[in-house]
Amino acid sequence: MSGLLEQLFQVGFLAALIRIATPLMLATLGEMLSERAGVLNLGIEGIMLIGAMAGFCVAYFSGSLWLGVGAAVLAGMVLAALHALLTVSFGLSQHVSGIGVTLLSTGLAFFIYRLVFGQPSQPPSVPPFQTVPIPGLSAIPVIGTAVFNQYILVYVAMLLVPVMAFILTHTPWGLSVRMVGENPHAAESAGVSVAVKRWQAVVIGGGLMGAAGAFLSLAQFNAFTFGVINGRGWVAIALVVFGQWRPWRCAGGALMFAFIDALQLRLQASNLGQHVPYETFLILPFLLTIVAMASVSRNAIAPAALLKPFRKEER
Amino acid sequence: MGFRLEPRISTPAWLNVALSLAAVLAALVLCAGLIALAGANVIGAYAIMFESAFGDVYALTETLVKATPLVLTGLAVAVAFRAKFWNIGAEGQLLAGAVVGCWVGGFPHVPGPIAIALMLIAGAAGGALAALVPALLRVRLKVDDVVSSLLINSIVYYAMMALIEGPWKDRMSGYPNSPPIQDAANFPILMEGTRLHLGVVFAALAVPLVWLLMRRTTLGFAINAVGENAEASAYGGIRVDRVLLTAAAISGGLAGLAGICEVGGIHFQVMGEISTGYGYTGIVIAMLARLNPLGVIPAAVFFAAVMTGAEAMSRATGVPVFLAQVIQGTALITMLVALLFTAYRIRRTGGPAGVRAT
Repeated sequence: MSGLLEQLFQVGFLAALIRIATPLMLATLGEMLSERAGVLNLGIEGIMLIGAMAGFCVAYFSGSLWLGVGAAVLAGMVLAALHALLTVSFGLSQHVSGIGVTLLSTGLAFFIYRLVFGQPSQPPSVPPFQTVPIPGLSAIPVIGTAVFNQYILVYVAMLLVPVMAFILTHTPWGLSVRMVGENPHAAESAGVSVAVKRWQAVVIGGGLMGAAGAFLSLAQFNAFTFGVINGRGWVAIALVVFGQWRPWRCAGGALMFAFIDALQLRLQASNLGQHVPYETFLILPFLLTIVAMASVSRNAIAPAALLKPFRKEER
Repeated sequence: MGFRLEPRISTPAWLNVALSLAAVLAALVLCAGLIALAGANVIGAYAIMFESAFGDVYALTETLVKATPLVLTGLAVAVAFRAKFWNIGAEGQLLAGAVVGCWVGGFPHVPGPIAIALMLIAGAAGGALAALVPALLRVRLKVDDVVSSLLINSIVYYAMMALIEGPWKDRMSGYPNSPPIQDAANFPILMEGTRLHLGVVFAALAVPLVWLLMRRTTLGFAINAVGENAEASAYGGIRVDRVLLTAAAISGGLAGLAGICEVGGIHFQVMGEISTGYGYTGIVIAMLARLNPLGVIPAAVFFAAVMTGAEAMSRATGVPVFLAQVIQGTALITMLVALLFTAYRIRRTGGPAGVRAT
């Protein structure tokens, strides 16, 4: 056990923690943006999967990882647009539409992957993203190697937290997004188009979810597998609640989840893992996510118009 | 635009049926594009699916066998959604029921009928307990039921896998399976030479029972009332929390029965592949049935046919078997769009008549 504690503070553990947190940060921020505008997106799990698939396929055939990331973002935006059409334009149930988008995206991702690659005995792979040290900062002992010698997408995700916080609180666009999520009637009387702002937030959020999927298939692993998302989308939705719909707290939640996940991976590899089936440890992150959500839910204040469709003529 | 949506006062019954059929048809038409993309003949592929699902007596029994857990998960979701308890956890509840029921089915020296009855009770209890967790979290701690029931699906799955990889692993086979249930606990086969088992009867009986519960009992009335308007129900003297918990328990119990039917009638043990997403398909089925228990049967048979048909079609044409999943997702979305027509009717508005006849 003391060996385990020592491991926790090693560079490798910290670096793994950051890597595990990255797709969660991207996805959680995407979901948060959508929900701040008043639209719950339960399509996230499927959108991440289709991002992982599209990113991998395009990277595999073009040879360009960044083209893959672009394709993943685009795929995420297209499916999020479907969700926006159903929930924002048609005012249909956000719950059911989201589940529909997840089922459809999951089926499509598997279908297209099987169509493209068939059933090879060895799953195809791509040379994954390499880490890029930031000059200067990466020389700091421990933290430098763990945090500043990472994939570029990791830096993007880390930068996105303050950027998102700034946009939501200090830009006209961010203010109007929050307005349509809190009080759409007031927004409409102030000349803000509720439908347009919600569409934008949902679609941009979908792009982030797609990018999160691409990180998994192009950086964290270098292949697409059917279980690549493995509930991370649902976890992201829980983290938005835990993060109280605020970027910094959501990022903190993602780091906390990543800590638990990295820990259970270490436990799998430890002495204990020799005697206990590894699935036992896989329960931990999900269980603790529920506990985390339960600890804040009683006092959580969701965007007031979340789940409520908006029609101009109805009051 | 020349057209306007106008709220409907009520939806005629024929329209509900027509819209469900239209939604299914639209889904099949949309998915035809994927079949063509895979280089197969669309009509031919659908013909193979139909043939292999309904073509002869054996195919028909296989479709009914597949429909059995789907009827039960469809009912589970329908009951929960009526109360606006967003139970996305039928998958986990099915697994929980399978595990508990299979354990009970392994008790030695129990006569057949009693063993089967005990398995059903235990399976329903296991599923109900798994559903009560998200319901209690919602009632007591205001935890969102969608997210918690989804996360619990993963927890139940990994817990089950840990059990059958660890302490509950069958020492005889060495595979990650539980030990088999007693032979006496195996569900009787209803037709020689097929897999049609007693579970079909349980599923068929559950439909009218749930219908009676929802339409003819005080509890059913309360569940509907809470779903329609929780605040008004509370004002009217209904104990909303208690109704929600009861609906959750019934929903989870039905999903647990689905698990027990798979154990008792098909697998005779618990294994990793005990469910191929029956819990999630249950959501699609409940929506297509417009949350009406009677509508669950045709919807479940349809998706059972899609599942069995897709496998045969995939073997024959090379179109990936995942077409079945795409059809499910598409049907849920087309059904959702169809709901627009039940809530609203399209009316031509004034303006130059016939000018914008689009």
